Amino acid sequence: MFRAHWWAAVAAVTRQVGDLEVAEDAVQDACAAALAQWPAEGVPASPRGWLIGTARHKALDRLRRERRRACREAEAMREEAAALPASGWAAGTDDELALIFTCCHPALDPAARVGLTLRCVCGLTTAEIAAAFLVPEPTMAQRLVRAKRKIRQAGIAFRVPGREDLPARLSAVLRVVYLVFTEGHLAAGGDVLIRGDLCDQAIRLARALTALLPGEPEVTGLLALLLLTDARRDARLSPAGDLVLLAEQDRGRWDRAMIDEGEMLVERALRLGRPGPYQIQAAIAACHSGAATAADTDWREIALLYGELIRYEPSPMVAANRAVAVAMSEGPAAGLVILDTVSGDARLARWPQLYIARAELLRRLGRRAEAVAAYEAAVALEPPAPERAYLARRMREW
Amino acid sequence: MVKYMFLLYGGPGDQLPEPGTDEFERMRAEWGAATGAMERAGVLLDCAPLQPPAAATTVRVRDGETLLTDGPAAEIKEHFGGYTLVECADLDEALKWAATLPAAQVGKVEVRPVVQVVAPAEQPAG
Repeated sequence: MFRAHWWAAVAAVTRQVGDLEVAEDAVQDACAAALAQWPAEGVPASPRGWLIGTARHKALDRLRRERRRACREAEAMREEAAALPASGWAAGTDDELALIFTCCHPALDPAARVGLTLRCVCGLTTAEIAAAFLVPEPTMAQRLVRAKRKIRQAGIAFRVPGREDLPARLSAVLRVVYLVFTEGHLAAGGDVLIRGDLCDQAIRLARALTALLPGEPEVTGLLALLLLTDARRDARLSPAGDLVLLAEQDRGRWDRAMIDEGEMLVERALRLGRPGPYQIQAAIAACHSGAATAADTDWREIALLYGELIRYEPSPMVAANRAVAVAMSEGPAAGLVILDTVSGDARLARWPQLYIARAELLRRLGRRAEAVAAYEAAVALEPPAPERAYLARRMREW
Repeated sequence: MVKYMFLLYGGPGDQLPEPGTDEFERMRAEWGAATGAMERAGVLLDCAPLQPPAAATTVRVRDGETLLTDGPAAEIKEHFGGYTLVECADLDEALKWAATLPAAQVGKVEVRPVVQVVAPAEQPAG
């Protein structure tokens, strides 16, 4: 129940006292106090208001006790904040936006941005975040402490970026949400392939951002992408826990409600006429979700979309995905030509998907020995256990 | 308002151009433009280029004994060539100004906040 109010509470108290670390601790304490008092005294009429008010008192007490300069600077910051332009965003939500923009500030280490967002915005505990990213809890705790200290020492302002800064800063926020999702969608390590709770958090963040920034098509595009991708969750693992390829998934197990919403959102975003990478990726996902069977997939459209995506993200990963799409629409030889032109890129050397893609194309061309070598190269890069099992199975099936 | 120091780093081979050359004039113009803008914006407190690292002497005092070494304190490839001291509303503003410096184009600029030291007279009573 507290998680529903966490973001708003931390945001409001940070705005009021001018110190993120103190605000977050105070909200934590207020929740503990609520847990102790509400069962006996009853839940207040406005739980969020109670939490914010209680947390503010605790925060101000602490700042007074510690006699930090932050208190006086907070006065100054509050006066400046009052002069901020409304920029068309709903009143009262500026603080929540300010909080996520602060947590995702480019001056912070990228890993720290993810952890800080999960902590301050989503309300996950340090233990939960550490477990999600497979680092020891003290390590994650240190990372969060350092990030909050950097915010204070470097003078990172608590506010929503202005018009000219917004595109770059928003891009950083969307990247964090996307990272949270991809970590949940396909965990980089450990034995559990899918961490559904991280996917849920990412979707929750994307939904909130869409509500806060309805005029930003990339935000809507990201939400669409996450919904369309997560809709496949139940079909992605076999009963034995092995990874099931998109082409082989039981599409009856896809969540149609999420797909319908995702497809609607893609169209809504594209109508705004400002395309971008997340919208394009969502459109690609919609091509898959719109196909009743794998054979019905419009690979030509997907290849075109990857061709568009490459203009925004000229990475070899995107080129490799385009190669696969071209292979599916024009035949494996054509796809292999594209893959071979990107294979030399050093960034792909440790990316198992490249070798898997090559292996599948070589296999379809009947070049068995090379296909086996590519499978083995993929295995040698030590992908997660369920992916290794999939590769082993493909090699056995020959 | 927060004070920031910009630490200007160039590449290892960086030398200041010879006075009187075209290159020197161009460098002076670029720097003049950048610092002039900061001055007009009211953020510039101080700035100066430094003599090269070879001109430095490093001082350490250990066990009451003062030890001097010829050269800079840090053994780094990059040449720490100058500093700029500004006072800005927050980090975003400081970063924007740092990006306008010529050193940011050819080398690196480190943006370090200055510790706000509370003078004894300013400390709250009690």
